[in-house]
Amino acid sequence: MRNLSGGQSNSPIAVNLARPKSLFWTNLGRNWYKFSRNPLSIIGLVIVLVIIISAIFAPWIAPYPEQAGPFVDFENAGQPPSLQHLCGTDNMGRDIFSRIVFAFRGALIMAIVVLALAVPPGVLLGLIAGYFQGGWIDTVIMRITDIFLAVPPLILALAVASVLEPNLMNAMIAVTLMWWPWYTRLLYGTASSIKNEYFVIAAELTGAGKFHIIFREILPNCLSPIFTKIALDVGWVILIGASLSFVGLGQQPPTPALGQMVSDGARYMPIFWWMTIFPALAIVLILLGFNLMGDGIRDMLERGMG
Amino acid sequence: MKLGSFLLRRFLLSIFVIIGLSIVIFIIARVVPGDPARMALGPRAPEDVVQTLRQEMHLDKPLPEQYFYWIKGVFRGDFGHSLVSKRPVLEDIKEYFPATMELAIFAGILMAIFAILLGVLAAQHKDTWVDGLIRVSSYFGVAIPAFVAAIIFMLLFGYYWPILPVLGRLSPGMTPPRTITGLLTLDSLIEGNFPAFWDAFKHMILPAVALSLGGLFQEARITRSSMVDNMHKDFLAAERGYGIPEKIVMFKYLLKPSLISTVSIMGLDFASLLSNAFLVELIFNWPGISRYGISAMLHKDLDAISAVIIVFGVVFLVVNVIVDVIVALLDPRIRLGTARDM
Amino acid sequence: METKENILLNIKNLHVWYRVYGGYLKVLNGVNLIVREGERVGLVGEAGCGKTTTMKSILQILPPGDFLIPKGEIYYKGKDILKMNFSEIQRLRSKEIAMIFQDPTAALNPVFTIGTQIGDVIKYSIALEEKKVYKEKLKILSARALKEAYLPDPERMLVNYPFQLSGGMRQRTCIAMAISSSRNLLIADEPGTSLDVTIQDQILHLLKEIVEKMGASIILITHSLGVAREMTDRIYVMYAGTIVETALTKDLFKNPVHPYTKGLLASVPKLSGGGIARGIPGRIPDYLNPPQGCRFQPRCEHSTSSCAENPPQFFEVEEGHLVACYLAQR
Repeated sequence: MRNLSGGQSNSPIAVNLARPKSLFWTNLGRNWYKFSRNPLSIIGLVIVLVIIISAIFAPWIAPYPEQAGPFVDFENAGQPPSLQHLCGTDNMGRDIFSRIVFAFRGALIMAIVVLALAVPPGVLLGLIAGYFQGGWIDTVIMRITDIFLAVPPLILALAVASVLEPNLMNAMIAVTLMWWPWYTRLLYGTASSIKNEYFVIAAELTGAGKFHIIFREILPNCLSPIFTKIALDVGWVILIGASLSFVGLGQQPPTPALGQMVSDGARYMPIFWWMTIFPALAIVLILLGFNLMGDGIRDMLERGMG
Repeated sequence: MKLGSFLLRRFLLSIFVIIGLSIVIFIIARVVPGDPARMALGPRAPEDVVQTLRQEMHLDKPLPEQYFYWIKGVFRGDFGHSLVSKRPVLEDIKEYFPATMELAIFAGILMAIFAILLGVLAAQHKDTWVDGLIRVSSYFGVAIPAFVAAIIFMLLFGYYWPILPVLGRLSPGMTPPRTITGLLTLDSLIEGNFPAFWDAFKHMILPAVALSLGGLFQEARITRSSMVDNMHKDFLAAERGYGIPEKIVMFKYLLKPSLISTVSIMGLDFASLLSNAFLVELIFNWPGISRYGISAMLHKDLDAISAVIIVFGVVFLVVNVIVDVIVALLDPRIRLGTARDM
Repeated sequence: METKENILLNIKNLHVWYRVYGGYLKVLNGVNLIVREGERVGLVGEAGCGKTTTMKSILQILPPGDFLIPKGEIYYKGKDILKMNFSEIQRLRSKEIAMIFQDPTAALNPVFTIGTQIGDVIKYSIALEEKKVYKEKLKILSARALKEAYLPDPERMLVNYPFQLSGGMRQRTCIAMAISSSRNLLIADEPGTSLDVTIQDQILHLLKEIVEKMGASIILITHSLGVAREMTDRIYVMYAGTIVETALTKDLFKNPVHPYTKGLLASVPKLSGGGIARGIPGRIPDYLNPPQGCRFQPRCEHSTSSCAENPPQFFEVEEGHLVACYLAQR
């Protein structure tokens, strides 16, 4: 017998009273209304789209794509912003605008990889801990989570990244390691409150297996906070990545990374201000875009008015 | 009183977490390929000296044993030696820790005060230009990372508009006060040394503002939304209906329940404050433990790195406990146990 | 018997709209309601018909910002509440009218003690006259108010928090807060419905006693006809934001005229047998696009096409018994 989330269930009377994921698309009109009610969310969406498109099509969008790699042109070094170089050139003569566009790539890749690696285990652990709340599984999982959360995130990432070789892969590992606990905590709270709802109890009473309950009953109801958090987290992961590259951990030159560009450029302040200000503004833009869009997603997924 | 047992439970939990943290740190530190003894002595030291050091550092023993030696040392206050400063790490920590604490506390206070002010303002003038302005500012405030703000401040105040100092804690030529607490502002006040106080205070302003920006606006938004949520609650309508004046309803009966969410998030925001301190201290050349930590990390100074992380872990834990206590004070339901049923 | 002199409250043709996605919820569509001094008036209707909205409009405590009152007046002792300035409204709330909310748990602020909350109600009521109110006096008055509502050990109760009280005690606290300063008109919104039946009975008797003692008027909102029959002198039956019928209680039960009223009475299951009672088929209308004419028309088995054109006006069936229905006019 089909339950409302669209899957087969073994329990004949399983009544899933929750709002299933598939309704997101049926309600697309209303969801879009909720999202677009706030013009800032639209701005965020536009910014995010611009960034994603720039990253994907970087070689075609950047005016000087070869300058994003190993390239020197000392004659042109330190040019202020002009029509040929929208953000000026850096100390090695490379076009800063092109480098920024390519840096978006590294940033987005980092965000995607980190979240892809951190979210599933985090969610899984949180679901399990939340469902078996009160048992030893709960205690073990949550105490371990507490340990990772005991240190402010960036500090742990810095520490891990510093003991390993500085490169993009290790930076991603470091950030992943301190990112998963947030999802565990989120899911723990959500799952442990949902598991007391009637539809879960009904499923249990009719003999549904634990696996089914966790993945077919509880998880679909946790999806909105997860997606909201993911949308917001992209910005934060990129920020941590920028912080890491600011101190020299993470992506190594000559591949451009935003944090590293800011830190390199800072040495040439105030005369060559563009070398640091434009990469810095790029970081702000990314964060702004994902924050605004994330807020819009939250408005959309939350069961509010309307 | 239940508050006591609540605190006790949190305390025990914290101990457990710190122990776990120390294990994790230890594992991380030992993961580094390379030979700590050789790194300490340099590539030109003779092999037998290095071997002696290896034995002293218990590097030949199995990992769990190494951990116990290390923990024993930590309890005695011996965090090992720094490769960079060549001193016991404990000395380094004692020297740099107060500077960071001073900055963090000041930034934390700034954050709390302005967050509540702005949040209340935004909620009271909901949907007007005031609310809109605060909302837009908060989007930018949250999107501007502390180190970017720090760099912009450097640019603005370091060169174009030098009304505030941008480097270090005290201007050269200014006599520092006696070290009582290590907090320059406090110490100079205690001594009555007002010029030093004012100088130290001015030095703190820019880094503290840069640090507090993100958290400030985020808390302001939470305060606002918490107030807006509570505005629609029945008890407010009831209180209004009984004739209690609007001002009292807003500032007493609306504010207190709304602050609960704000204070809850202050713990997390303090964490990001501490994190951001790493980069901000670097930029402003603030001689704090974060700058020391970064230097340790870049030089793979393992003992120092581990010590710094433990210190931050402990500080963060203490702050969280304090925040939990304040929340318990605000919300009697937490303090006095759960509700009695009908 | 239509003496104009002792009319306390007179709601005239009140319309209230809520602003939502897609337009306005036109909840109240011309409510007319009168309360005289010392009268016990019942307001009966199903969930969602606008009873609470009407009452909140009297005290001007509708949720801020999202509503509109396009038409109507509410006269209290001759003055229109909707035109009052702020201090007049505050005086009204403090000294004249008080509302007891439906859910006592939601109506009490969870982070303040009972003593603080009721103390403030009394304090600001007295402060309208006297300059300073002493803490001791406040404590005494607060304890006395709690005692009037038969709360045990009032002095100790003052330092408790709402969550430490049982449901019945919370309801009594709300009643105590209401009567502590406003003694002329009480509005009781479904008192005791969230509590179990024996407690509800106690609460209702408490209300009866208080009202008699104070000589106050009371508007009793309820969806239970049994409660209305026992506790009120006159009843208004409300449906979908309009008053459909009003009569003296005994007249209403003896001779219901409006199809909705008849349907309500028939829905009450009788202990003396007869099986499961008949309900009224259909649902309350969509307030976003309400029917043009009589709002009950879509559910009415006696309706004609003319019922759907214009809302019916009140028609006096017998003395004091008014019905808003085209059928009644035949």
